[in-house]
Amino acid sequence: MKDPVLRISNLQKSYGGRRVLDGVQFDVSAGEFTVVLGPTGAGKTTLLRTIAGLETPDAGNIIMNGADALSLPPAARDVALVFQNFSLYPGKTVRANLEFPLRAPERGLGESDIKDRVAKAASMLHIERLLDRPARQLSGGEMQRVAIGRAIVRRPSLFLMDEPLTNLDAKLREELRVELRELARGLGAPVLWVTHDPSEALSMADRIIVLIAGRILQIGAPENVYFAPASPEVARQLGSPPINLISAVASGDLWRCADGTPICNIKHPAPASALLGIRPEHIAPTGGESPATVEVVENMGPTRVVVARFGSVVLHLLTSRDFSARPGDIIFPRVDGGKIIVWSA
Amino acid sequence: MKYLRFLIIIGYGAVATLPLLWVVLSSMKHRADTISLHAKVVPAPTAPADPASITFEATAEAWRDLAAVHAGAQASFWHYLANSIIIGVLSTIASLALGTACAYGFSRFRIPGSGDWLFFILSTRFLPPLAVVVPVLMMYRELDLQGTHAGLILLYTIFNLSLSVWLMKGFLDEIPRAFEEAALVDGYTRWQAFLRVVLPEARTGMAVTAVFCIISAWNEYGFAMTLNSSGAITVPAYFAGLQGNIDGMPWPQIAAGALVFVAPIIIFTICTRKNLLRGMTFGTIKQ
Repeated sequence: MKDPVLRISNLQKSYGGRRVLDGVQFDVSAGEFTVVLGPTGAGKTTLLRTIAGLETPDAGNIIMNGADALSLPPAARDVALVFQNFSLYPGKTVRANLEFPLRAPERGLGESDIKDRVAKAASMLHIERLLDRPARQLSGGEMQRVAIGRAIVRRPSLFLMDEPLTNLDAKLREELRVELRELARGLGAPVLWVTHDPSEALSMADRIIVLIAGRILQIGAPENVYFAPASPEVARQLGSPPINLISAVASGDLWRCADGTPICNIKHPAPASALLGIRPEHIAPTGGESPATVEVVENMGPTRVVVARFGSVVLHLLTSRDFSARPGDIIFPRVDGGKIIVWSA
Repeated sequence: MKYLRFLIIIGYGAVATLPLLWVVLSSMKHRADTISLHAKVVPAPTAPADPASITFEATAEAWRDLAAVHAGAQASFWHYLANSIIIGVLSTIASLALGTACAYGFSRFRIPGSGDWLFFILSTRFLPPLAVVVPVLMMYRELDLQGTHAGLILLYTIFNLSLSVWLMKGFLDEIPRAFEEAALVDGYTRWQAFLRVVLPEARTGMAVTAVFCIISAWNEYGFAMTLNSSGAITVPAYFAGLQGNIDGMPWPQIAAGALVFVAPIIIFTICTRKNLLRGMTFGTIKQ
C-alpha cells in the first residue's frame, strides 16, 4: 500500500499548562476529504497550524509523503493553509494576491507559468472578473473564494482549511460548500478541513475526525459517526436538533428512565442501566404509550421541532410540518427502538 | 460654542505663528532695524527708514549672506546645514531600522521577560539626556568621537531608539500575524515575509516614527554644543556660537537661516500630518 500523504502520531501540545492537543493520531490518504469536527477550543486550529509548521508540537511525529516534516520550516512542507480570519492582503489586487505564493523566490516559477496558474485557478473559482480589483473591495464570499484560490494556485500536496466558510452568511455557506466539495474532488490532493459546524462535516466529508478537548474521540465515515457515535460527547457534536441523551434502566426488554416512565422496548445485551442516545428524527409524535406535554414547537419550514416533557426528561422530536401541536398539548411519543444508541453507564 | 471654539483656535494660532512671522519679517530687515529700540514691524527699504531712497536691497541681503562666513564661525550656514542633514537623516535611518527590527522581535516572538526588557528600553527615556552629558563627554573623549559626525549620529540614534521601539511595536502589533504566517506557509522565509509583507504594511508607522526621530535629532542642542568644538557642528549649535562675536549677532542672516532650517521639518510634518495624528492616538482604541 502507498504511504499516506500525511501521518500524524501521538501529537502533544500545551499552552501554559493547558493541553491543547493530547495524543492526536491519524492518517490522511491521497484524494481524501477529511473533516476535523469539534467545538470551539477543541484544538482544531492548533492542529492545522502544527501541521503547517507554524507551531512546534511538544511531542509526536508528523510524516508527510513518507518524510519527517517536523524539522522542515513551513515553506518547505508543501501544504497550503486557508485561514479562518485572514484571507487576503487588503492592499494588493486579487491578481497580486493569487500570484503572491507563486512569487516566493525558492519556487523559481517563470512569468508565463505564474500567469497560467492564476488564470486556471481563477476560472475554476469563477473569479476572473475580480482579478484587477483591490482585495479590500471584495465581499466576504468573494474574498473567501480568492483565499481558496491562493491555495489552489500552489498545487500543494495537502490542503489545510481552517473554517473557511464560518464567517460567511448561511446561504452563501451552503452554496460554497457544494461547490468546494466538487472542486476538491477535481484537485486530487487531499483536504484536511476544520469546522465546528456538524452539517458542514456531514455534507462534505469522506471521513470525519471528531476532536474534543485536544483528543480524537472518533474517526469514521459521516454515517458511521452520525448513527454509531462512539460516545455521548461525539453524539452531541452531530445533529440538529441535538440528540436526546437519557439515562435509563432496563427491566427485561423494557427500558425506563430514572423516574420510571417507560421509554421503549429493545433487545440489548447491555447491563441493566445505560445511557440511551435517541436522535430526534427517531421519535414519532404518536403511537407511544406514555404521555408527554408539549412545551415548545419550533417551525423550521419543512419540519417542526417539538420539545416535550416526558416524565422527568425533556425530549426533542423532529416531526413533519403536517404534525400540528401547541404548547400544553399531550402527545404520545413512540421511540424507534431499532435506532437507539446504547452506552453502558 | 462654535464661535468660542473658533476664537480659541484663532487665538492659539496667533500665538503659535507670531514668532514665525517675526522671523520671516526679520529675515527681510536691515540689521539695524532688527535690534532697534522701537520695534520695526515692516521691513524698511533703508536703515534708518528714509523715504527718499527706496531700495529693497535688505530684503535679499540676509538670504544672500547665508553663504557668508561670519566672525566666530569657520564656515557658512550651508556647511552647518549639511552637517545637520547628514546627522539628522543618518541617525533617523539608524534608529528606525534598529527600532523596527527590535520591535518586530518583541511583537512576534515569545521573549523571556519581554515586559521587563521593554520597560528597560523605555526607562532610558526617564533621565533628561543632558543629565549624562559629563560621562558621555568623557567617554567620547576616550573614544575620539568628540566633534565627529559618527559621534552625534550614534548618540541621537540611541536617544531615539526607545521611542522608535515603542512606537513601532504599537504599529506592528496592529498588523495581523496571519499576514506573515500566510507568507511563511506560502513558501517565503521569515526574513522574506518581513520584507515583503510586514514592512509595506508598517509604512505609516515608520513614517510617523521617522518624523519624531528626525525632529528630536534636528533640534537637539545641548549635546551638539558640548561634544563639539568644530567638526560636526549642527545648525542650532552654530547659531548659538555666533553669540558674542566681534561683529555682533547677524540677526537677519540668523532669521533667514532659521527659516531654511525649520522649513523641511514643517513641510515633512504637514505631509504626514494624518499619519502623525494616528501615531499619537494609536493604542487608545482597542479593537
